[in-house]
Amino acid sequence: MKLKEVSKEELFRCSYGCAGCAAVLAVRLTLKVLGRKSVCIVPANCISTVSCYYPQAPFFVPMTVMAFAATAAALSGISAGFKRRGREDIHVVGFAGDGGTADIGIQALSGAIDCGNKFIYICYDNEAYMNTGIQRSSLTPYGATTTTTPSPCFENRPKKDMMRIVAAHDIPYAATACTSYPLDFMQKVEKASKVNGPTYIHVLVPCPTGWGFAPDLTIELGRMAVEAGMWKLTEFEHGEFHTTYTPKRKRAVAEYFEMQTRFRHLSPEEIEAIQREIDVGQVS
Amino acid sequence: MSTKTPVKKYITANEAVAHAAKLARVEVVAAYPITPQTSIVEKLASFIANGEMDADFLKVESEHSALTACMGVRMAGVRAFTSTSSQGLEYMHEMLAYVSGGRYPLVLVNVCRSVALPWSIWGDQQDAIQQRDTGWIQIFTETGQEALDMVLQAYRIAEDHRILLPVMICMDSFIQSHTEELVEIPDQESVDLFLPAYDPVVTLDVDNPYSISVGGFGKHYARWRKEQQEAAEKAREVIVEVGDEFARIFGRHYGGLIEPYRCEGAEAVILTMGAFTGTAREVVDEMRADGKAVGLIKVRAFRPFPVPQLRQALSQVKAAAVLDRDCSWGYEGALATDLKAALYGLPNPPAVLNFIGGLGGADVPPEQMKYMLDKALGAERGAPSSLEFIGL
Amino acid sequence: MKESIPGPVSKAGTVPTKMGSWSTVKPVLKGKCTFCLFCWIFCPEGAIIQDEANRKVLFNYEDCKGCGICVRECPTKAIEMAEPKSGRGE
Repeated sequence: MKLKEVSKEELFRCSYGCAGCAAVLAVRLTLKVLGRKSVCIVPANCISTVSCYYPQAPFFVPMTVMAFAATAAALSGISAGFKRRGREDIHVVGFAGDGGTADIGIQALSGAIDCGNKFIYICYDNEAYMNTGIQRSSLTPYGATTTTTPSPCFENRPKKDMMRIVAAHDIPYAATACTSYPLDFMQKVEKASKVNGPTYIHVLVPCPTGWGFAPDLTIELGRMAVEAGMWKLTEFEHGEFHTTYTPKRKRAVAEYFEMQTRFRHLSPEEIEAIQREIDVGQVS
Repeated sequence: MSTKTPVKKYITANEAVAHAAKLARVEVVAAYPITPQTSIVEKLASFIANGEMDADFLKVESEHSALTACMGVRMAGVRAFTSTSSQGLEYMHEMLAYVSGGRYPLVLVNVCRSVALPWSIWGDQQDAIQQRDTGWIQIFTETGQEALDMVLQAYRIAEDHRILLPVMICMDSFIQSHTEELVEIPDQESVDLFLPAYDPVVTLDVDNPYSISVGGFGKHYARWRKEQQEAAEKAREVIVEVGDEFARIFGRHYGGLIEPYRCEGAEAVILTMGAFTGTAREVVDEMRADGKAVGLIKVRAFRPFPVPQLRQALSQVKAAAVLDRDCSWGYEGALATDLKAALYGLPNPPAVLNFIGGLGGADVPPEQMKYMLDKALGAERGAPSSLEFIGL
Repeated sequence: MKESIPGPVSKAGTVPTKMGSWSTVKPVLKGKCTFCLFCWIFCPEGAIIQDEANRKVLFNYEDCKGCGICVRECPTKAIEMAEPKSGRGE
C-alpha cells in the first residue's frame, strides 16, 4: 500500500473529538480502507460520544451506538444477519475502547470470536477510560496515574495481554498497530477485511488530553512508544505471532515518559526498573 | 402431509413456541440456556440441525449477548428470536431498553420464573413484571396453544410500521413450559398468509446510510420518547386488530387485551394473568353454580395496560380480587397498583383486594381462589385496598 | 428504507456543526510542499486536501481544529501555524 494509492474519500469527519485525537484518526484511516460498504458499531466510548449526538452524524457510512459491554455481540448478530442476506461483502466493524474491550467488553468478545462470524473488531487503546475523564482500565500501563490511580498512587498492574487472549481463542487473524504507522495499520485492516471470520486489531492511539501532552505531538508519541518498546507492531495468523515492524531507532523509556504528565511522578529508580523489564522483553 | 393441514400433537408450551418461531420463518436464533426455558432453545437447535428450519443458531455466551445479537440481526433487516427466564431476563435488562428505544421489533418469550434471592427455579411473574418499564409490549398467555399463537401474532404486532416495538410473550414456569397439552400446530401456508416477510424500517443500509440508535439532548430525547409512548398506546388497537385477523384465519380468538368471563351481573371479579386463569375459570363456574355472582377477568396485555377495557369491565362490579404472582416490595402487587390507577376517576369504583400468591412455584389451589372471591363479595365499594399473602 | 424512520436516527454525514472555530490559528503553507502526503494522512479530521494539479496540499479551515500535527509531521517544515489570510492556506 502506498500513500498515493490511499482513498481520498473522507468517511468520518466533523466529530467533536479533541484536537489531535488519534482515535478519530484511527476511525478515519479504517474507513479509507473499508470504504462505503461498511457498517460501524461503536459502544459507549470517546468515539460514540463525539459522533452520536443528534443531529450531528460524522459517520458517512451506517453506524449504530451500542451498549458498553456489547460491541462484539452486536458485531456477531449483524454479521449473522448480513450472511443470511448474502451480504458478506459489507464490512462489519466495531470501534471499542480499551475499557470496552479488556474490561466490560471482554466476555462478549470471547463469545463472539467463538461464534465465528465475519467481523473486524478494532480496539482503539488510549490506555484509560478517557470518555469519562481518565479512569484506569486494565490496559493502563504500569506506572501511569489516572483519576482512579491518582498520585501518590499509580497503576500497579501490567497491561492485559489482549493479543494472547484472542490468540487463545484461535482467532484467524489479529494484529497490533499504532496510528503513527498508518500504512502498517491500514494494511492490517485490509488483511482483516479479507478474512472470513472474526478478526481483532489493537491500535494504540495516543491521547493528548488523557496522557498530558500538546495535541501536535500525537504522532510523535506513538512513534516513541514503539521505539521505546512500550508497544509492538505484530500480527497473529496461522497460529503464530510475528513482528511487522522493527523500529530503526531505540529509545530509552525515560524519554517517552518525560513527554507525558501521567508518568512525570516516577522516580529515576522506578523508571530504571521499568526499563529493565522492557529490556528482557516484557512490555508493561 | 399436505402443507395446509394443521397438526395436533401433545407437546409442552416450550415446544409449541419453538414451532411458532419456526413457522414465523425466524432466520437467526440467539439464546442461552436457563431453566425452565431451555427446551425452547434445544428444540430450535434441533429444528435447525435437522434442516426443518432454515436458520442459523448463534452460540452466544450470555443472555446480554443473546439479546444484543438479536438486535444486531434486526439491524441487518432479518427476523430473530430469543427466549429466557428470570436471571437471564435480568441480565438482558440493559439491552431491553436499547431494543425498545431503538424501535427494533424483536420477539422474546419469557418463561416467568422467580428472581433470586431467595433462589428459585420455579414459577412466579416477578421477572417479567420487573421489566414493565422497559418499553416492551408484554402479553401473558394461559396455555401452550395461546403461547404458540401469540408468538405468531407478536411478530405481526411488533413489525407493524405503526408500532415497531418489541414484544415479550410471557408463559408460566412448569405449568405451561413443561406440561403437555393437545396443541394445534398451524400449517406453514396459513402462517405465511398471516405473517408476511419482514419489511424492515430501522436498519444499517449501505445504500441509504443512517446513524441509528444514536443519542440526543433535551427536546430531541423527549420527542423520541413521546413517539415511543404513542406507539405503545397505539399497540392497544393493533393487538386487537391482529387478534381478530388471526381468528379469521386460524379460528382461535383470545378476547383482545383482556378476556372477561361471566362478568355480566358479577358483584365480585377475580383478576389473573397467565396459567392460573385456568383454575380461576373453574372456581367461577363452581361458585356461580352455588348462586354467587362472581366473574373472572384474564388480563392478557400488561403493557400497554388495558385501561379503557378494565374501566368498562369493572365499572358495575363491587369488588375486584387481584391475584399477583409478584410484588413491588414496599408497596404491593403490580397488577393491583396498575388496576387502581386505571380505575381512578370512576364515580363509585370497586374495592381492590390484592392477594400475593403463587410465589416461588407455589400453587394457588381452588380453595384459595374461592377464599379470595368470598372476601371480595364481602367487601364494600370504595373500601381502602388491602394486601394479603395467601397460602402461607 | 422508509421516508420517516422512527426513533433516534440521523442521516449519515449530517454535519451542521463545524469545528473550525476551535482555533484561530491554522496551518499555512510557507515553504515548499513536496506533496509527500504525510500531513494529509496524519490529519485526524481529514481537513487537508490533495491539490494534485499543483502537487501541493490545501487546508479546509472549516474543519481544522488547529491541533498542529501537520506542522510537526511535515518533513520539510513547510507548514506554520498562523492566522490565515485565505480560506485554504494558499
